[in-house]
Amino acid sequence: MSVDDKVDKSRRRFLTTATSLLGGVGVAYAAVPFIGSWLPSAKTKALGAPISVDVSQLEPGAQLTVEWRGQPIWVIHRTPEMLAGLKDLDKTVRDPESQQAQQPLYAQNAYRSIKEAYLVLIGLCTHLGCVPTYRPDIGGIDAAWPGGFFCPCHGSKFDLAGRVYKGVPAPLNLPVPPHKYTQENVILIGEEEKAA
Amino acid sequence: MKSLLCGLLGWVDERFPASKLWKSHVSEYYAPKNFNFWYYFGSLAMLVLVSQIVTGIWLAMHYKPAADLAFASVEYIMRDVPYGWLLRYLHSTGASAFFVVVYLHMFRALLYGSYKKPRELIWLLGMGLYLCLMAEAFMGYLLPWGQMSFWGAKVITSLFEAIPLVGDQLVLWLRGDYSVSDATLNRFFALHVVAVPLIFVFLVVAHIMALHEVGSNNPDGIDIKQYKGADGKPLDGIPFHPYYTVKDLFGVGVFLIVFCGILFFMPDFGGLFLEGPNFEAANPMKTPEHIAPVWYMTPFYAILRAVPDKLGGVVAMGAAIAILCVLPWLDRSPVRSIRYRGPIFKTALSIFVISFVALGYLGLMPPTAMRAIAAQLFTVLYFCFFIFMPIYTSLEKVQPVPKRVTTP
Repeated sequence: MSVDDKVDKSRRRFLTTATSLLGGVGVAYAAVPFIGSWLPSAKTKALGAPISVDVSQLEPGAQLTVEWRGQPIWVIHRTPEMLAGLKDLDKTVRDPESQQAQQPLYAQNAYRSIKEAYLVLIGLCTHLGCVPTYRPDIGGIDAAWPGGFFCPCHGSKFDLAGRVYKGVPAPLNLPVPPHKYTQENVILIGEEEKAA
Repeated sequence: MKSLLCGLLGWVDERFPASKLWKSHVSEYYAPKNFNFWYYFGSLAMLVLVSQIVTGIWLAMHYKPAADLAFASVEYIMRDVPYGWLLRYLHSTGASAFFVVVYLHMFRALLYGSYKKPRELIWLLGMGLYLCLMAEAFMGYLLPWGQMSFWGAKVITSLFEAIPLVGDQLVLWLRGDYSVSDATLNRFFALHVVAVPLIFVFLVVAHIMALHEVGSNNPDGIDIKQYKGADGKPLDGIPFHPYYTVKDLFGVGVFLIVFCGILFFMPDFGGLFLEGPNFEAANPMKTPEHIAPVWYMTPFYAILRAVPDKLGGVVAMGAAIAILCVLPWLDRSPVRSIRYRGPIFKTALSIFVISFVALGYLGLMPPTAMRAIAAQLFTVLYFCFFIFMPIYTSLEKVQPVPKRVTTP
């Protein structure tokens, strides 16, 4: 009588499957630290803490760029003329009422800002993350250009509220970072305004 | 002395199949006797791989993978390290040379149907190598931490944002920071110098083993194993060594003349191999006026830009690479080599090559309205080559293939 005659195939198959499954679970758990170590470190998170920006010296029409979490944060002091022109562009831009979640609720308004004059944006094109240039010069990009932001990489255009034009590669409005006013002219970037 | 060496070899052979491996893969591997010019590029790719590994190890001895040190350490290699400039230029010119020989190697497969049954797996392993090569080139380009390094990595990692739901979290995980940063550089360095090269070498071994299992194709696209002599060797086959080792050495000589010419006289190749903006340190606050990847990626970059939708562009670019993988199953022609195919395939292949080169050119140039339309046209042509392949290859009348190999 050979050994083969005594082999219980179904028992062997069950044990093989059970061992493989349990081993697979073990491998999945063992992968956690390797995959998890790619997440931002505690130091990175600490360096990403909110920053304070004083905008009292910012002249009307001027742009201020600060760095937060390795990204350029813009503060634009918009003039009344600039603000008045936004309404005319409602038909030209893709998301005129800021329906897409590209801003905190307190900036979901016609000017995409807490205070009308001060526009705070993350200065990264929503297409592929290039830094658009601030082009307030009327007629600067084409004859009808009313001033706004122009991305040199792939030609995306945004208005002076960071709203994206139709027919350009960028799909979404420029994002507004979480921010709040701690004083009359001091903005804290990276921290939410309490729901008003 | 000689008997001592033979004794040593005998001692090894009893414990490790050294002679057996040498015989089965080199001295008694029978390759078709009509290999031509197009058959140089496989061995040249091996040569460049060895050069990249050796120069890469030496560069890693001087390079510092940290955001505040990387750019200066590359300048240090270029100016202060003895022969550092040579090691660095060998590595950077080697990257472009790698793509030149690999593209020609892949074109050879298209010409002679080397991807067709029974060589599908060789082609797939080759595609794996091509993907690894692109990953190596992409991650390696971040390491000098110049403007183009930074913004290239930023744009390419941003592509993953287009993935619905998990895109943003995935990009954060890939970069290890809220933007491309020191963490990104450090992990790209680890992947570039350890992880991907290991996979690459494994795939090269598998690629060659799969090739030697089924035997090499040839310019006639016929099977030389059908006609064997009394000794069991293919009548149209010659041993790889010494015949093709010597032929390939001649190819190496010619290649090195051209390679060294570029290396010594125009290592940046007019901004194509090393782009101008990369001689400026990375600045996360300022994008260069015009971002373009290095030339070997530009065909796919042009496809990305041709689609006026972010997710659509990313999908089209991925599809352009992925569709190459299914090539063996798209080609329904009963013959392999272009020599016995009809005019339709020849025309289709010509259009494909023109489209690929044109996309490569358009991907290098800043976008304009006219160029966008051209890129869309060539993108459509690129995909048509594959999508209609099952139809035109099965309809087309082919010429009878010879029984024995003909001219090189």
